[in-house]
Amino acid sequence: METAVLYELLRMLISVVLVVAFVFINALIMGYLERKISAHIQRRPGLMEVGPHGILQLVIDGLKLIGKQLIVPKDADRTLFRAAPLLSFAPVVLPLIVIPFSPKLQVRDFDVGLIFILAISSLNVLAILMAGWGSNNKYSLFGAMRSVAQNISYEIPMLLSLLAVILMTNTFSMQGIVQAQGKIWFFLVQPVAFLIYIVASFAETNRAPFDLPEAESELTAGYHTEYSGMGFSLFMLAEYANMFVVCSIATVLFLGGWHGIPLPFGAYSGAIWFFIKAYGLMVFMIWVRWTYPRTRFDQLMNFCWKYMIPFALVNLLVTAVLVKL
Amino acid sequence: MAEGKILTLNMGPHHPATHGVLRLVLELDGEIIVKATPHVGQLHRGIEKIAENMNYQQVIPLTDRLDYTAASLNNLGYCLAVEKLLGIEVPKRAQYIRVIMGELARIMGHHLWIGSHALDIGAMTVVFYTFRDREMIMNITEEASGYRLTPSYLRIGGLAKDVTPDFVKFVRDFVKWFPTALDGYNTLLTDNIIWRKRTMGIGKVSAEDAVNYGFTGPTLRGSGVPYDIRKVKPYSSYDDFDFQIPVGENGDVYDRYLVRMEEFAQSLKIIDQAIENLPEGPVNVDNPWVANPNIGEVMEDISALIRRFKIQCEGPHAPEGEIYQSVEGSKGELGFYLVGDGSEHPYRMKIRSPCFILTSALPKMVVGQMIADVISIIGSIDIVLGEIDR
Repeated sequence: METAVLYELLRMLISVVLVVAFVFINALIMGYLERKISAHIQRRPGLMEVGPHGILQLVIDGLKLIGKQLIVPKDADRTLFRAAPLLSFAPVVLPLIVIPFSPKLQVRDFDVGLIFILAISSLNVLAILMAGWGSNNKYSLFGAMRSVAQNISYEIPMLLSLLAVILMTNTFSMQGIVQAQGKIWFFLVQPVAFLIYIVASFAETNRAPFDLPEAESELTAGYHTEYSGMGFSLFMLAEYANMFVVCSIATVLFLGGWHGIPLPFGAYSGAIWFFIKAYGLMVFMIWVRWTYPRTRFDQLMNFCWKYMIPFALVNLLVTAVLVKL
Repeated sequence: MAEGKILTLNMGPHHPATHGVLRLVLELDGEIIVKATPHVGQLHRGIEKIAENMNYQQVIPLTDRLDYTAASLNNLGYCLAVEKLLGIEVPKRAQYIRVIMGELARIMGHHLWIGSHALDIGAMTVVFYTFRDREMIMNITEEASGYRLTPSYLRIGGLAKDVTPDFVKFVRDFVKWFPTALDGYNTLLTDNIIWRKRTMGIGKVSAEDAVNYGFTGPTLRGSGVPYDIRKVKPYSSYDDFDFQIPVGENGDVYDRYLVRMEEFAQSLKIIDQAIENLPEGPVNVDNPWVANPNIGEVMEDISALIRRFKIQCEGPHAPEGEIYQSVEGSKGELGFYLVGDGSEHPYRMKIRSPCFILTSALPKMVVGQMIADVISIIGSIDIVLGEIDR
């Protein structure tokens, strides 16, 4: 009995360490991919200096950011200003606990896995609001205001599109949802929901063309204008981890999770498929960011309330009727 | 509206999207602009005053620094003004080469405009493609003058030197290549739904308002007034060439964008005609008080040596009188008002800057729009602070 508890504690400790490590590694990979892909889109070589093709650049950048002083602006709310990066980092680590990377590779499979993720990831808005308010900077405040309005409105179509899938699987468990897609992946069954989810996830992660909270040509850097060193890098880590989380949800709910043609690596083929799909979506997000212009704030809201939500509702209704038949 | 509800936001001078050092003080109700006050003068170098203490030739490099995105057009305006004061006309070949350099400079200016305009609206990639093509023009400019951004290639009474055969080849290559590049810009922006949503119906200026404010250039033509100095008061043989003046209808950001995109094509058409019909002959006027004697003559003839020395030191002496000469710059009517007093210095030089006038209308254009629109409106009137502040 005692050993079982100890074993479980040890497992939890290792999982948490691995999850946090993964967030950092993910940021390194994504930072590199983002800079390299954007460079190639813009016909320049990009990172070339540190290591072969600059693969160690992000490590050096990380060290530099750790070494930097965290400057707190004059008259800023010190407590909120310092707490905000930490608060933005926490909610993106937690969802990784319930994401099934393969049939076995999962920290914990909750019965309410999806609800857990959605509940936790909404906390991110609070961190952005705190950063914007605490910085004592008007640009930051504007960034925070936009971000809150945007994230709250886009959570609705996102939830509605995910609910359509839940109606078909009858479970909130992430593992259960993946297992339900043994025969056919849900993006073929639910193309409208998939499309709505992808668009909403762009807005949810503050990525272009919906990167209004940090629109650098309008608001310099939005809510993290005043941050330096680790404060800034925690926001960046959170952004990339957040991208990974939304892409993982898309993979789990629409792209069949770890399902895929068996690869020669046997037991690992599920995890490999999962990462291929998730990173494929993330590369797609990078591609869009460096190609499209930015929308305007009111147009973004109009698009959400006038198109996304009605379509998502109709889609949910149709799904409900069809499932009942 | 209650006083307390208004937020004052200081945008610039070190804001990423204010095109240099424009400072805007915005009064905001939420994200809506209630009042905007532009503050200019951060880049003031006193070019007009400096020019009063220099001889006429020495002013040419100063004019490069006005609208540094299209430097040859400023040279052209200034040289034409001095030549008008002196009452001379440059040979046909020099006029054609000036037209080529001017139109290349216009394309260069528009390259920078579309790149930064797209960057302001969030399309980060366009600028790299425009700079690829801008680089080609830079190389052409370098081939002609030895300089890239601020060529000072034009001289009073002609050009610094004749062009090389390589120059002609480079220009032909560019004329052949550029339509493909232009298609690329159009693919990235013109039909893009987000681009259209961001630019259509924003920053509208009616034709009447535009004329009343004194708008010129693409911004005026975007409002539907077909006014172009190249057609209205042709200079430097512009009446030899066949080209159209594109005009817009609504006077919004998108129409100004379309006008400038079409100007790319029209400029290219002019360059094509000029390079194919380039006349033979000298590139400097045959006037001993203006043009340098050639180096062979200087070696043999003592009077030519003295003349060269005098021209190098003093340059031409303009007669008493005052003139105004304007050219179609890449931003609008670029005018030079010169007063000569018989000495080698201009008694007074006044530059009519199109950007200054466009900036004066900025408060009217942005009221009632959102912060994001301010950025796109500043981009669409295409201001260069080097010219506003002089």
